[in-house]
Amino acid sequence: MNLYREFRQKSELNGVSQRSLTIALAGQPNMGKSTIFNLLTGLNQHVGNWPGKTVEKKEGDYQHNHHSIHLIDLPGTYSLSANSPEEIISRNYILQEKPDLVVAVVSAANLERSLYLVSELIVLETPLMIVLNMIDVAEQEGIKVNAKILEAAIGVPVIPMIASRASGVRELLDYIDKFIQGELEFQPNLPQISTDHQHVKELIDQLIDGFIPEFYPKNWTSMKLLEGDVEIYDILKTVLPLERWETIDEILKKHEDAGLAIASGRYEWIERNVRAAVDRPKLGQVGLTDRLDRFATHPVGGLIILAVILGLTFWVTFTIGTPIQEWMDSKILLPLGILAESMIIDAPPWVVSLVVDGVFGGMGAVITFLPIIIIFFAAFGFLEDVGYMARAAYVMDNFMHWMGLHGKSFLPLFLGFGCNVPAVMGTRVIESWPARILTILLAPFVPCSARMAVLAFIAPAFFGNYAVLVSWGMILSSLAVLLLLGVVLNKIFFKGERTAFIMELPLYHIPNWRSAILLIWQRSLSFLKHAGTIILMMSIVVWALSEFPGGDLETSYLAQIGNFFTPVGNWMGLDWKLTVALISSFMAKENAIATLGVLFGRTEELGLVQTLSMTYTPAVGLAFMVVSLLFIPCAATVAVIKKETGSWRWTFVNIGLMLIVSIAAASTVYAIASAVGL
Amino acid sequence: MQAIQNIISLADLKTGESGTINNLKAGRNINARLSTLGFTPGVLIFMTHNYGHGPIVVTVRDTRIALGRGEAQMIFVSRERE
Repeated sequence: MNLYREFRQKSELNGVSQRSLTIALAGQPNMGKSTIFNLLTGLNQHVGNWPGKTVEKKEGDYQHNHHSIHLIDLPGTYSLSANSPEEIISRNYILQEKPDLVVAVVSAANLERSLYLVSELIVLETPLMIVLNMIDVAEQEGIKVNAKILEAAIGVPVIPMIASRASGVRELLDYIDKFIQGELEFQPNLPQISTDHQHVKELIDQLIDGFIPEFYPKNWTSMKLLEGDVEIYDILKTVLPLERWETIDEILKKHEDAGLAIASGRYEWIERNVRAAVDRPKLGQVGLTDRLDRFATHPVGGLIILAVILGLTFWVTFTIGTPIQEWMDSKILLPLGILAESMIIDAPPWVVSLVVDGVFGGMGAVITFLPIIIIFFAAFGFLEDVGYMARAAYVMDNFMHWMGLHGKSFLPLFLGFGCNVPAVMGTRVIESWPARILTILLAPFVPCSARMAVLAFIAPAFFGNYAVLVSWGMILSSLAVLLLLGVVLNKIFFKGERTAFIMELPLYHIPNWRSAILLIWQRSLSFLKHAGTIILMMSIVVWALSEFPGGDLETSYLAQIGNFFTPVGNWMGLDWKLTVALISSFMAKENAIATLGVLFGRTEELGLVQTLSMTYTPAVGLAFMVVSLLFIPCAATVAVIKKETGSWRWTFVNIGLMLIVSIAAASTVYAIASAVGL
Repeated sequence: MQAIQNIISLADLKTGESGTINNLKAGRNINARLSTLGFTPGVLIFMTHNYGHGPIVVTVRDTRIALGRGEAQMIFVSRERE
């Protein structure tokens, strides 16, 4: 670390142009920061996690005028206080890693609010540039901002931009070039602390002098202490001699209101700087966002709109996705399988069987789900980018309260309809830990597209024309189970604890297509990687278990496993084949079909659907659908639950919960269905 | 324009009314989050949606923010009258 810093200090003496430059992109949420990052780096980016944290870290590179630039996308944060892991990551990155330049993205449409982060960034020692984004959205709301006047007031470069149309990017690159050449002058006008707290701050400055940990500027540290910053408080408590610390602690207790005063002071600084630069709308003018929100956030109308939008999302996903899936199945997968079989026809029979039944039958079937998942995520991403999803969270807030959650938990749960993995990761938007854990526990109860596909496959086998009705009934029932469990779990684990609901409703705006497509591309890639590893492995394992030891299915290891669990399966009317199919769905939900394909495919000439309807009664079919919908989360979901909760205990609570609920529900359904003669 | 100085909670402001924030009493953490978002004493706040139950939407410094009723009850404002 020290060597690295020394190297950097030396190279600074030789001029920054001699080496690659590191720029950090900072900004509050909903400022279009990701779009700018995508415009600059394109496909040349890497998504990972910040070390030791479940916060996404995006890095990328670009070349401009022979300079190679490394771009770090800091997490979107409203401030640099220690309220969240994202905020701590952002400030520690800037303070400790010392990027050459920080580019702060602000929105012309909520200029004052978005400049709050700038008021915190500007006091750090790293040079700062401001991108004034969303000029078009501001104009749509009747607000005009003059970038030149703002630049003169704050004393750092301000570059106007409309990132959604990629306008202003060239100007940003030119400014960065000028910065590299040392042609830019920075004379930042710094916010001052209000006079009534000035003497207190000076007192603290003296007391902490000489004890401040490396990286932290003195001025900044005392300010954060006064603000009530938890992280800085804890650090100084350990490094300061007890006597000094007690004096400071007493001062801080006496000035508990300082946090509010400091925030007010920053906003006063902002108001002074924007006063001349902003042309306010005429009083009484109603912008597009307010006109749309009259409907979108209405307690009744908003719910109807939400229901229509969700319905449309599913309708589009399955009307476009299902034919593509079937087409891929019959026109790509099948011919490829035949081609592969003809190419290895001379190989031993078990190799042929491995390729045809194992790889193509198992993993191949799963890959055909890709179109459905891509379309669902594209629709979700679009609704989010446009600004609608925050309204959905708002109108769902009342319902989420029944479970002790608030509106924000609705978003990850909804994402779960596509895939439970991003749903569990999406719970990061929830600030309170108990609410987050509860949302994670509930997320796997949302029927993901893979489980809905299993449903769509099995239902017609037993219910013919009523299949659609039965499927919808199943999905609604599983959501009812989710709600009921949420209410109960909240009472048991979280004692009905309430958490604060504070959420920005961003202005509606048209997203950038390039950035949106890039996001879909990244998500598809990670799904394919998943299919190519876990699901392929599982397909081969299932195949091997069904082939060995004797090459005969009835005596295979798979049959033995199935037989072992059959007593439990029998409660739900499942024989060993269905039990095995259920167990194999642990690796990936779609495997249930793939396994049935392997198990029945070789003994029957008829299609799998017909075979199933001839082998089992509708009561068994019903029970199998119920247990498949509610069964333990797939391996990938279990992996992210462990990662996000950081605890095996919660992970096993989740698995155990689903195991009990699914078996109990399916057994009940089977008993009732058999009693009424299905 | 004349401000009448009786202090009410933000939750009591009706749709279409505006007020000036007087004080935040939501506890240190929530106060910090609110003040970061622009809820500072003296700022003008506009009630965008308040249906009398459930969460509300306010506009403060050009930003629409949804708040739980519980949070709104801990923000104190003086109502602005024409």
